[in-house]
Amino acid sequence: MGPKKVARSASSDDPEELARVPLQAVLLADSFATKFRPITLERPKVLLPLVNVPMIEYTLAWLESVGVEEVFVFCCAHSNQVKDYLNKSQWTKPPSSFSFSVSTIESHDAISAGDALRVIYNRSVIRGDFILVSGDTVSNMDLTQALEEHKDRRKKDPLAVMTMVIKHAKPSSTTLQTRLGTDEIIMGIHPETKELLYYEDKADHLQRVILLDKTLLMENPALRLHNDKQDCFIDICSPEVLSLFTDNFDYQHLRRHFVKGLLVDDIMGYKIFTYETHASYAARVENFRSYDTISKDIIQRWTYPFVPDVQYLGIGYQAKLERQGIYRAPDVILSRSAHVGAFSFVGNGTTIGDHSHISTSVIGQRCVIGKNVVIESSYIWDNVTIEDGCKLSHALVCDGVHLRAGVILESGVILSFKVEVGQKLVIPAYSKVSVLPQPCKQDSDEELEYADATSGVIESPSITSVANARNQDLLSDMLDVPGSDANKVGISGVGYIWSVSEAEHDEEWRFSIAPIPKEKLEKFSHSAHDDNDEVNHDESSIPASGELIPDSDGTDFDGGVGEDYRDSADFENEVEATFRRALAGVDVQNVILEISSLRLSYNMSHADCAGALFYAIMKSASDISYSNNTELSANTKMEINKWKNLLKNYIKSQDEEIEVIMKFEEICLETIREFRPLFTDILHHLYEEDIITEDAILSWENEKQGADESDKIFVKQAEHFIKWLKEASEEDEDEDD
Amino acid sequence: MDFQVVVLAGGASKNLTPLVSEEIPKALLPVANRPVLSYVLELLESSNLKDLIVVVEGSDAALRVGGWISGAYVDRLHVEVAAVPEDIGTAGALRAVAHHLTASDILVVSGDLVTDVPPGVVAATHRRHGAVVTALLCDTPISGISETGSKDKAKKLGRYNIVGLDPTRQFLLLIASGAEVEKDTRVQKSILGAVGQMEIRADLMDAHMYALKRSVLQEVLDQKDSFHSIRQDVLPYLVRSQLRSEVAKIEEGWNTTITSKTNLIWLSQHREIAPSAFHNGHELDANGSLSAQSTHKCCAYIAGKNKYCARLNSIQAFIDINRDVVGEASHLSGYSFSAQNNVVHPSAELGSKTTVGPQCMLAEGSKLGDKCSVKRSVIGRHCRIGSNVKIVNSVVMNHVTIEDGCLVQGSIICSNVHLQERCVLKDCQVGAGYVVTSGSEHKSESLAKR
Repeated sequence: MGPKKVARSASSDDPEELARVPLQAVLLADSFATKFRPITLERPKVLLPLVNVPMIEYTLAWLESVGVEEVFVFCCAHSNQVKDYLNKSQWTKPPSSFSFSVSTIESHDAISAGDALRVIYNRSVIRGDFILVSGDTVSNMDLTQALEEHKDRRKKDPLAVMTMVIKHAKPSSTTLQTRLGTDEIIMGIHPETKELLYYEDKADHLQRVILLDKTLLMENPALRLHNDKQDCFIDICSPEVLSLFTDNFDYQHLRRHFVKGLLVDDIMGYKIFTYETHASYAARVENFRSYDTISKDIIQRWTYPFVPDVQYLGIGYQAKLERQGIYRAPDVILSRSAHVGAFSFVGNGTTIGDHSHISTSVIGQRCVIGKNVVIESSYIWDNVTIEDGCKLSHALVCDGVHLRAGVILESGVILSFKVEVGQKLVIPAYSKVSVLPQPCKQDSDEELEYADATSGVIESPSITSVANARNQDLLSDMLDVPGSDANKVGISGVGYIWSVSEAEHDEEWRFSIAPIPKEKLEKFSHSAHDDNDEVNHDESSIPASGELIPDSDGTDFDGGVGEDYRDSADFENEVEATFRRALAGVDVQNVILEISSLRLSYNMSHADCAGALFYAIMKSASDISYSNNTELSANTKMEINKWKNLLKNYIKSQDEEIEVIMKFEEICLETIREFRPLFTDILHHLYEEDIITEDAILSWENEKQGADESDKIFVKQAEHFIKWLKEASEEDEDEDD
Repeated sequence: MDFQVVVLAGGASKNLTPLVSEEIPKALLPVANRPVLSYVLELLESSNLKDLIVVVEGSDAALRVGGWISGAYVDRLHVEVAAVPEDIGTAGALRAVAHHLTASDILVVSGDLVTDVPPGVVAATHRRHGAVVTALLCDTPISGISETGSKDKAKKLGRYNIVGLDPTRQFLLLIASGAEVEKDTRVQKSILGAVGQMEIRADLMDAHMYALKRSVLQEVLDQKDSFHSIRQDVLPYLVRSQLRSEVAKIEEGWNTTITSKTNLIWLSQHREIAPSAFHNGHELDANGSLSAQSTHKCCAYIAGKNKYCARLNSIQAFIDINRDVVGEASHLSGYSFSAQNNVVHPSAELGSKTTVGPQCMLAEGSKLGDKCSVKRSVIGRHCRIGSNVKIVNSVVMNHVTIEDGCLVQGSIICSNVHLQERCVLKDCQVGAGYVVTSGSEHKSESLAKR
């Protein structure tokens, strides 16, 4: 096993030690993402070989080395494969001297890390602090200090529920990507306590500035903002984390929901801390680019002791390290004229023919490589047959693939299991080929990237059978095999080229194994410069805040009380959309139901609803064509009459009524200025229709008393009306007497 | 040292009414019985910066300041006093004197700065980096009375600026001042990207001492007519545009004078070369060799914790600075303190049973009656103070008459004020020449002649 044995139970007679719970770990054997498709359609990601060893081996070996005693492997997609693998591996039948046990937890309906943790919570197997990792983590770091820091903090402050491991990694300034292919992460960390104060992993690249909330700097005199740190996705969690996931059933993603949720939520006051590891290695195989990078790191021994010549668990044989970082398994048949270049790995039972040239590549077991083959920076798994004269560069070739003579794989090509490629075929760059057809609809028991639907990876409409058929035609055309079956790619070829949706295509090169092409880099640096130009251009005229929010229409009705502008704008848009559906004939009751649920999900008050709905009504009124103010006024009154029952649903007290008036003011001032001259008229109408009571109008006027002159335009406009109201109420009182 | 110094002495600042007046512009307000401007001038003199331009708002004020300087610093400093119209702003003031500026670098100092940070270090930092602007930053001053410190700790520290620094704390990457401080902070991604790590501090204050490259300064002042203030417009502009600088392009000669070596230092400090595959073979890096021409450096010098640094820009600051200069920062005052830790001029007369506590100053010709008590206060020249008078935490300027039985606490009494018998003043400011009638009580008021 791992040669490192952290002193874990050396002093078991210590009274504290007796009470202690064994160190536990949760290993998520499902990434809940689709980055490794199409390969993951057939095999779970954690079992994909990384330098000829399944990824999960690295994670388990590392967990064992840091002194973890109980590992819960959570499997979801392809759970049987994971379980079978673990049952066969030595992890589940350790010698009795090991206090390291691996057990699996299975669930088939989990679609996110959040679901997984909720399942684990329900099993109540976690008794103390635990380490949360995913099964694609490669690390050799020593967690002792991080664990100690975490425990010390917990003693002082029970609210410190999580410690995140981070590592220095500078993203490129042009592509904003780290060498692992992950997007840049912006983290704000307290310089002394290392508390995490700000986390943004899906920063909008178009936005040139990062907005730090003002309260952040009021509470902390200093804050260190990083974009040069990489999140290792190794978390030391307290049991509260599980219950937090259970309490917040909408938390799905560990970072996007959980971490950000805790940072934003200041009611519970839970805190997240960071631990930076400096010398040791920690990374996660997130996409093909990180697969490439981490493979190279392993071959270059950054992950020692988890390198091929030391850790040979998953392979069953020991590779020998030769000069120039070439690893060779014992049973390789290498032609005399074949050349294996630096930093390569050749697996057991592989044959390499004459004049073949291999550099910085990993080749699995029992592969047959013909003559004059050039393999460059590629990953070839087991049982692959490559016939004479093939050229591969920056490609990933899975088990059982057969490349016939003269095939050329351009950079970034992924060939999934058992694909066969016909003679002299050129597979274009970034293609993904699989024997399975591309699923038209995403089924949820496969890996799924939750809450990321907007990025177009999943619901892209372009993945249709039409597109598929076209692609197959393309492939069979290229194969030039007449009479080929429509579904297959001919006699000599097996597989479908997966089509790539528009949005995805743009991302393809970012996450591919191949290095980023020069043109892309140039394009990027140009756009970066353009950005800067703009900065220079408009900065002097930019007001200090607010202008970068795209849909700022009527967002300021809350007066910027410090709530999330975007949320309220979203909410308004949603309400407006719902209202439009009502216009289109949806039943009013359903609309009420919909708005009520919107209110709950956005956490808005009735007043907000009333305001938003009123806005929607006014907008629809203004959309009806009119030629003069009288017509507009008539239209508006008509609309108001039509929808007053709907509106009244949300007007429960005077507060909402005032909100409506304020909203109206804002509409007149900012969004639909046409209503300006009609303010009093419509206000009167609202009064007549009993939507707004006179008390509300009077207290609105009262509120405005102390306001700026500019705020009082409408009070002035409505002066007569208010006066009339006042007189009327006085008369009422007189009558009462 | 080829530095020209511009001292912005201000005029009759509105923040400081009723202390300032036609007769006493802000620059001449007494701090430990010396005009506040003298602290800056002597500091500059000690750094051997003797060629000064003092800019004063308002011609009357300029005459008075000029008169005082020529009297006090004749033969010591070469001072030119320039009068500019009021409300022209600090940037406007610099525009007005721009034709006098010839040196390659300009040191701009606010006339209300009381500090012991030598301007030489700021200038040296500026030169060392070949920066376009170097700003002096200091810790946010703790206002209020240090004796009752326990109470003050609960109070939040004042927030003056939000400052972003690189990990070595040499480069200024972000600065927000004034109203922007209370808003959400906006960090430019391009700058963060270039540095990788930015330390954002809310506990530093811009001390208004800037070293500026003259050519750049003049370029900016010419181009941006709307810029009003150095602190709020010019400095943030320079900081914002440091990676993509128009000013540096104009400044072509400037770049060639800097050896490639300094560029390398700048590079290595600004970014660690990450082992990234993308870096190889593409040169258009934000800070890379190609774009080195279009970046300029904004530096910061952070005053050490043991240095004193404060600006007299509010009434509270006036009391605080007076207290500090006779108290914890007494080395600034230039007086030698007695064994009781106070300064009592030999010509001052004290009645029987009158006590002058530590951290007090009593200037020449002042007279105190019997049974008086003075604590942590500064009393100016030729004051007449009766018996049974208590003066605590206050500043009393020159020629003030205080009759028997008065109590003055936390207040500022300007020159020629007359306090009649048994007045009680707490946290008040009394403008010059005012008469407080006998027996009256005032609390937190500002009293001045109409």
